[in-house]
Amino acid sequence: MMARVTVLYFASLRDAAGVASENIEVADDLRSLYETLRARHGFALPVERLRVAVDGAFARWDDPVRDGAEIAFIPPVSGG
Amino acid sequence: MTRFALADTSIDTATLRAQLLDDRVGGYASFEGWVRNHNEGRDVLGLRYEAYDALAQAEGERVLAEAMERFDILDAKCVHRVGDLAIGELAVWVGVSAAHRDAAFAACRFIIDEVKARVPIWKHERYAEGDAGWLHPEARP
Repeated sequence: MMARVTVLYFASLRDAAGVASENIEVADDLRSLYETLRARHGFALPVERLRVAVDGAFARWDDPVRDGAEIAFIPPVSGG
Repeated sequence: MTRFALADTSIDTATLRAQLLDDRVGGYASFEGWVRNHNEGRDVLGLRYEAYDALAQAEGERVLAEAMERFDILDAKCVHRVGDLAIGELAVWVGVSAAHRDAAFAACRFIIDEVKARVPIWKHERYAEGDAGWLHPEARP
């Protein structure tokens, strides 16, 4: 089943994607979604170095993608 | 009650500190993180912090709630800057009040360590050589 989602990009991912967010139609789980987008935008960071959030809360990579979800890939943080 | 905040203007430490003090307090500890002019051997001209606001707020609150549970403290707050910062500006502030100093020191250390490790905030540094880049450090050991 296809789901229409909004993906948010931050920091180096946003620079690589060239946009802060995009609306896309996807299938499968969050890991496959990242791999697809990594291939499309040339993200340097492997999935192991990221966390993923759905609708403002941390999620698991094997969670299925839900229609209407707002998905954010979280590169290693550097606050402080 | 919110204990964690993102701020896009300078942090007023005196007001924040006053909010933590009352008659029960015997010890107060704070940590201030400042923008320095160098990082990993390179001259830094300035930086920008970017946050995923909704998740940063939620995760910041979780860090402060965990500190309230783990340590014998009376209150705690943390404020982190976002946006463009110059050298010498205050980037992050943590304040903790407790009856005794040990808990105040320990909780203050815990909060800044966890915020740096978990809260979705990213630093973009501008270097003297003219280039700039996002910092995506390896996970702490």
